[in-house]
Amino acid sequence: MMDPFLVRAVAATAGLAIVAAPLGAVVVWSRMAYFGETIAEASLLGVALALAMNASVTAGVLAAALAAAALIVFLSRQPSVPLDSVLGLMHYGTLAAGIVATSALGGPPVDLMGYLFGDVLAVTGTDLAMIFGGGAFVLAAVWHLWEPLLRLAVHDELAAAEGVSPERVRGLFVVLLAVVIAFAVKIAGILLAVAFLVVPVAAARPWSSSPERMVGLATVVGLASSLAGLWLSFRCDVPAGPAIVLVMSVLAGVSLAVK
Amino acid sequence: MTDLVTGIARTSPHHTHGRQASCCDHHHAPTLGPLDQTALIGARGLSVVRDGRRLIDNVDIDVHEREIVTVIGPNGAGKTTLVKALMSLLPADAGELHKRPGLRIGYVPQRFDVERALPMTVERFLILGDRRHRAKVAGVLAEVGAEQIASRQLAELSGGELQRVALARALIGNPQLLVLDEPVSGVDYTGEAELYDLIGRLRDHRGLGVLLVSHDLHVVMASSDRVVCLSRHVCCSGVPETVAGHPEYVQLFGPEAARAFGLYLHHHDHRHDLAGAERPPAPGGNQ
Repeated sequence: MMDPFLVRAVAATAGLAIVAAPLGAVVVWSRMAYFGETIAEASLLGVALALAMNASVTAGVLAAALAAAALIVFLSRQPSVPLDSVLGLMHYGTLAAGIVATSALGGPPVDLMGYLFGDVLAVTGTDLAMIFGGGAFVLAAVWHLWEPLLRLAVHDELAAAEGVSPERVRGLFVVLLAVVIAFAVKIAGILLAVAFLVVPVAAARPWSSSPERMVGLATVVGLASSLAGLWLSFRCDVPAGPAIVLVMSVLAGVSLAVK
Repeated sequence: MTDLVTGIARTSPHHTHGRQASCCDHHHAPTLGPLDQTALIGARGLSVVRDGRRLIDNVDIDVHEREIVTVIGPNGAGKTTLVKALMSLLPADAGELHKRPGLRIGYVPQRFDVERALPMTVERFLILGDRRHRAKVAGVLAEVGAEQIASRQLAELSGGELQRVALARALIGNPQLLVLDEPVSGVDYTGEAELYDLIGRLRDHRGLGVLLVSHDLHVVMASSDRVVCLSRHVCCSGVPETVAGHPEYVQLFGPEAARAFGLYLHHHDHRHDLAGAERPPAPGGNQ
């Protein structure tokens, strides 16, 4: 009989792996990994603000991720600084602000390591309900947006000329991405969250002949890595988030090397 | 459908005269008169301004059925801007646009690089967005001379093959107007000539209007019914023979280009007047 916290950890990582695969694939195809990274790092500020205001940390992370996504989209429309510089600025700025805020806002002492690298064993029943409920919503929305997302990924100008609205489709996708990154932060931590989205997809690429097959394989890689990483975490007493990401990365490295 | 986008008073061409590229010393841009309602697509006095820079200025253009109109000009002349403004992908700051109601446009963008991280077969790409097109995949691939590649991955294709696939995608929706933005970038010279032949055949078989953008000269001009030489404004326009001999064209591309052009003339079975309207055949060269 497994401990309840272990059952919750397995369920949470499995749920995340399933939701992360289609979003991670779009992130890779549309070259948005750095975008995701920036959203994830902004979420530490959400943690700090939530603790200072005695609000739910999960809600704080979600709010910070959505706010960061909105700010990036807003800043990317100004013409004078290119997007990667905007992301670089926000990436460092928000991480620094988050770390300063955790100590300056005078909330309870913060387990910074837990937020930076995740604490899957601290997942509560409420978190689990959010991951599965929110995850189901995200999957349904991505399913609905799938063809326009693919068309934008192949060639955004062509898609726009054919009547797909890049602003609308990408705008909705960014909201979904922020939600999933908020979940991933809970499990893998701020620094490793985006790995959950991107690494299984990279492992799946060489073995995929269609976008859907790539998502399917990425799901399998994500699920297998989650289970193997959790097992490793227990057997060797190492942190679970990094253990999962390590397994994913090894699988991706082997996959890219052999094919 | 004629929609007036004029919100800003149209500036006189002379206001921008001093900032023009090396092209034109004189501003006698040909004007085409009021909007031609028989055209598939057209514009009068079309201007696009970005960050205070006038990307295109006071452009008149028409594309009719069965007509290949080539927009030619140096880099930065505003060719892509013109095409995008015509297709309403960019807002115009001044001018009038005409588009035949319900016009179906097939578009081939300038750089058709596909993301290599995205696995997708040619067939899947062609039916992306509308699976009802599946039955037409073999037909359009045959039409562009690429019948063998339906099951190949996009990421494995050569530049020339990708261009044909992009053209096949533009054709699969059964367009009345084909818009090609520098279709030969990344294709070698032989491939280039073949592509223009193909475009000519598509015009003949399907009765398409074609709006073609190019920065290269000879083959393009020979296969066009009308050439519009653009350097933010229209420097000169007309049948290829006329444009090639036009002083502003010579100034823009150099006398070599004008002389070399003579080698590539087609034998037309009809002639055009300056506005591009057909005249009965008349042997004996330029008008």
